Amino acid sequence: MNISNIKKEFPIFDNKVHNNDLVYLDSANSSQKPRVVVDRIYDFYTKEFSNVGRSVHYLAVAATNLYENTRKSVQKFINAKDANEIVFTKGATEAINLVASTFGQNHLEEGDEVLLTELEHHSNYVPWHYLRKSKGIKIEFAEINEDGEVTLESIEKKITPKTKIIGVTHLSNVTGAILPIKEIVQLAHSKNIPVLVDGCQGAPHLKLDMQDLDCDFYAISCHKMYGPTGLGILYAKKKWLEELPPYQGGGGMIGEVKKDGITYGDLPNKYEAGTMATAQVIAFDESIKFLNKIGMDNIIKHEKELIEYGQEILRKNNSVKLIGNPKSKGSVLSFTIDGIHPHDIATILDEDGVAIRAGHHCCQILHDKLDIAASARASLGVYNTKDDLDKLNSSINKCKKIFELK
Amino acid sequence: MNLKELYQEIILDHGKNPRNLRKTENFNKDAKGHNPLCGDKVHIYLKLNENKKVEDISFEGEGCAISMASASIMTDLLRGKEENDVKEIVNDFLEMIKEKDEIKTNLLKDDEKTKLMCLSGVKQYPMRVKCATLSWHTLTSAIDNFQNEINTENMET
Repeated sequence: MNISNIKKEFPIFDNKVHNNDLVYLDSANSSQKPRVVVDRIYDFYTKEFSNVGRSVHYLAVAATNLYENTRKSVQKFINAKDANEIVFTKGATEAINLVASTFGQNHLEEGDEVLLTELEHHSNYVPWHYLRKSKGIKIEFAEINEDGEVTLESIEKKITPKTKIIGVTHLSNVTGAILPIKEIVQLAHSKNIPVLVDGCQGAPHLKLDMQDLDCDFYAISCHKMYGPTGLGILYAKKKWLEELPPYQGGGGMIGEVKKDGITYGDLPNKYEAGTMATAQVIAFDESIKFLNKIGMDNIIKHEKELIEYGQEILRKNNSVKLIGNPKSKGSVLSFTIDGIHPHDIATILDEDGVAIRAGHHCCQILHDKLDIAASARASLGVYNTKDDLDKLNSSINKCKKIFELK
Repeated sequence: MNLKELYQEIILDHGKNPRNLRKTENFNKDAKGHNPLCGDKVHIYLKLNENKKVEDISFEGEGCAISMASASIMTDLLRGKEENDVKEIVNDFLEMIKEKDEIKTNLLKDDEKTKLMCLSGVKQYPMRVKCATLSWHTLTSAIDNFQNEINTENMET
């Protein structure tokens, strides 16, 4: 599958936005869906639907096999050791909440420290804040440097004997900084501290190898990976999934249920209570096939070219200020324009069919640190082209004209 | 959908050079407003004299052109008005933004109504309506001495 012609695989681009071709630059928020994924959902509901893991009839068996097949595909895609280390969740948010809640129950006491970074999305901060409230834990933040990166040294500085877990993003959804996860994990493990990685932006844009990274937990958002909404993945080392308590109780996650006691099911059922997002899981297999067909190496190369090109043209554009200048950068171009608020930029760009995001992108800690209330963000996916970035730039020029900037 | 209707000259002018962007000395009523989705913030200061007339009204804050222009135009129009009249104008404006075609109140002159109608362009942009209404809701809260910070996520428009 040739990446230069990939837009035609995405039906959304057949539509016009305000009579313009769609220039979709909001993939860090959520990516568009290739036809194969949309079709798979339709086919599953019209020809193959059944709940999974319960009944023994033909459809139930077939659906269960499809569901478990995606788990194996995910295992392979991220090179996890065991398929039972893959837990389906309703999103990356739930995956992180699961870790915070269950790890918190078993391992965190008053005064213990959780180390996060200033780059974290709210979904890797708020779940830990609950434990600050309920258990009296402390939350520390490794600081960014002036390029918008979090370095190994910055993490090391904040580790104390009280640090019980480290939570870091793989790829910042604002500055685009790619963190040295493998080194962070090595450092943490040398001090017996487990590491949770927020892989929402990492998974769609980087080649993942759980055994190489050696992290303890890795949270994935499927709708940012050209997959359906309502689905996330928690990768966790088997030892953790065996040791930690279940997150939610319900059908499907039990061993034996008696009036005077309950035992829990084996992995991965222990963490998948209730009817899961069956159609989404089954369709997500098509997202993985789609990514594999293009090849992650090709995706990385394509997006690197685009990011470099985007930085180059925006740097040349007077009044545009790029946020962050990380040495290792992926998939996002956040910026401000002196004299135009990001929301005005986004509204004006929208009229040209250019879809970007404006706001704090669920990173208020980072925006406070940068001393800005909001920023504009163009984020990339496989379908973007240099032409898209040229259109972004010319729409930015239109903003400047409306606001009479030079 | 018409960008020119949204970003009219008067909006851009007030957005870039907001009037009354300062803090009233000896204010006797104030309130803060916040739109957590986009980070817009406003702090309204009001000085009512013994006859409950607006002697001075001002604001501090930061936000997009729409929210700054809205606060600027609002504070410009309300100086000298009586407290009850202020409430009527605020309600009238919010109703116009929500559903009505025009400003109905007789408390404003035609050219003042025209100024306010310049903000009606946001109706076509549901995500931006809160930018235009934040300062008005915050003013209501200042007048009513409402204690909590106004938060646009907890209201209809």
